[in-house]
Amino acid sequence: MGRAWKFGDNISTDLIAAGRYYHLRSNLPELAKHVLEDARPEFASGVKPGDFVVGGRNFGKGSSREHAPVIIKLAGTRAVLAKSFARIFYRNCINIGLPAVVVDTDRIAEGDDLEIDLERGIVHDRTTGIDLTFPPLPAVMARILDEGGLVEYIKHHGDLVIAGT
Amino acid sequence: MPGQTIVEKVLSRASGHPVHAGDITIAKVDLAYVQDGTGPLTFRMMEQMNLVRAANPQRSVVFIDHSSPPPRRELATDHVYLREFAAKTGMVLSDVGQGVCHQVAFEKFVRPWDVVIGADSHSVMGGAMGAFATGMGSTDVAVALSLGKTWLRVPETLKFEVRGTFHPGVYSKDLILRVLGDIKTDGATYKAMEWGGPAWAAMPMTERMVLSNMAIEGGGKCGPQPSDQETKRYLREHGREGDWKEVRPDEDAAYETVHPYDAGDLEPMVARPPQEDNVVPVTDASVKGLRIHQVYLGSCTNARYEDIQVFCDYMKGEKVAQGTRLIVVPASKEAYTRSMKEGLFEILLDAGATIQSPGCGACPGVHLGIPGDGENVLSTTNRNYVGRMGNPAAFTYLASPATAAATAMYGVITDPREVR
Repeated sequence: MGRAWKFGDNISTDLIAAGRYYHLRSNLPELAKHVLEDARPEFASGVKPGDFVVGGRNFGKGSSREHAPVIIKLAGTRAVLAKSFARIFYRNCINIGLPAVVVDTDRIAEGDDLEIDLERGIVHDRTTGIDLTFPPLPAVMARILDEGGLVEYIKHHGDLVIAGT
Repeated sequence: MPGQTIVEKVLSRASGHPVHAGDITIAKVDLAYVQDGTGPLTFRMMEQMNLVRAANPQRSVVFIDHSSPPPRRELATDHVYLREFAAKTGMVLSDVGQGVCHQVAFEKFVRPWDVVIGADSHSVMGGAMGAFATGMGSTDVAVALSLGKTWLRVPETLKFEVRGTFHPGVYSKDLILRVLGDIKTDGATYKAMEWGGPAWAAMPMTERMVLSNMAIEGGGKCGPQPSDQETKRYLREHGREGDWKEVRPDEDAAYETVHPYDAGDLEPMVARPPQEDNVVPVTDASVKGLRIHQVYLGSCTNARYEDIQVFCDYMKGEKVAQGTRLIVVPASKEAYTRSMKEGLFEILLDAGATIQSPGCGACPGVHLGIPGDGENVLSTTNRNYVGRMGNPAAFTYLASPATAAATAMYGVITDPREVR
């Protein structure tokens, strides 16, 4: 269970991990104190473990900086929900073991109490009683996420092996 | 089976078997690189995976460009780590003063048919060489560097067909801004943006590079272009004609959509904050005459020798308007040296410019031209998000080097066609 923190469309990686904190990239706990600062300044200090980042369209657009999903995860976020994701950000989320889920976030309101069941593909909104379903991840991404991210996947398999390729 | 698009052809070669849009494949990586903002995390991931090695050291490059020279102790210390890691693994180091990763990679490393994986989103610029080039996060690039391969979903292709002739004062930057205004910043998400048509074929390489560079601004996975005689000329100019091979799509390639554009219909364009698709012609009342406090000529998008030359064609004998600052950061040492030797620095300095060393400069908001609260910047770069240039209370407008020059002269956003 966790609280929904709503964000709008087109949340860029600059809004998530601003360029003016570039010098904190090798100090991720410190960088995480500024997560999403230019989008919602109160988020970093208010977020609790298990909360949800809830975006609109094209969440995570812009740069390849993996620091962006890393500090969202470090802040305690359970999952990022959005109507759509930018490509690199989405892949980065899976690689670092942060669930990124495509659902109709218009049906979630700020502050709603949410639960997620990744296996069944359901976001349950405890405030409204609504269940939002989402399609499973592509098989390759599901396996990487299941194993805790790409680092764990590579450590386990010793190589980049993907069934069916 | 229909014919193949450029990205399908290049990824088939790299996969060792034919692939089509929608296939998941493992591709051999021909060039992988990091920069100083993403490299430290990449290398720490390699350490965590117990893979502190490069599969292909001479085709693995560490670029120090985003905070170069470093403005802070923390960043200087990141650079120490990058240099040590490069030395330990035999990777190539492109240190302070060499220039922006994508520009230097294009001049020295990217080849037609290559698969290029960079830990920076503008790695897509390599598509202008007839390569599959894309940006990925640090962990993916850690795998690409150490194992020499990556997994990919073969993207569908949007085809951009350009015919007609560009009017004076109108450049490929104006074309890509117009395209972004039409398709929006997520219009090409997960897709390839392939370029072709007679007006594309007539473009010099340095103009083509802008189109691939900003594929990511449409959400694109890559911006592949054919490799033709112009590609060969560019490689010859850079002493590596032997790297040239032809790349072109099959006549019957299957495109998801085809987008025709007539270069003759285009005007100089300006992207207003807060994002790249918020475009209007420079003549629009919302931008024309808008006070500009800083003009920035820099970045992998538009700071090559040819861009600086266009800028100087307008600026020669003129002065930067009082109350406006002009900051110039050539994209690479090549651009810097050639501009200096051919007298462009004299024109810029006489006009009142400040010229900084090659690198990313003010574009990502680390140093060398962070705007003040409430200030407007007219920039030849690729992104104008809130906070992009280091200050969330400043405003960035994107345009071509020609529009930047006209704007620098008058201190307000100015149509370059009115000053020539």
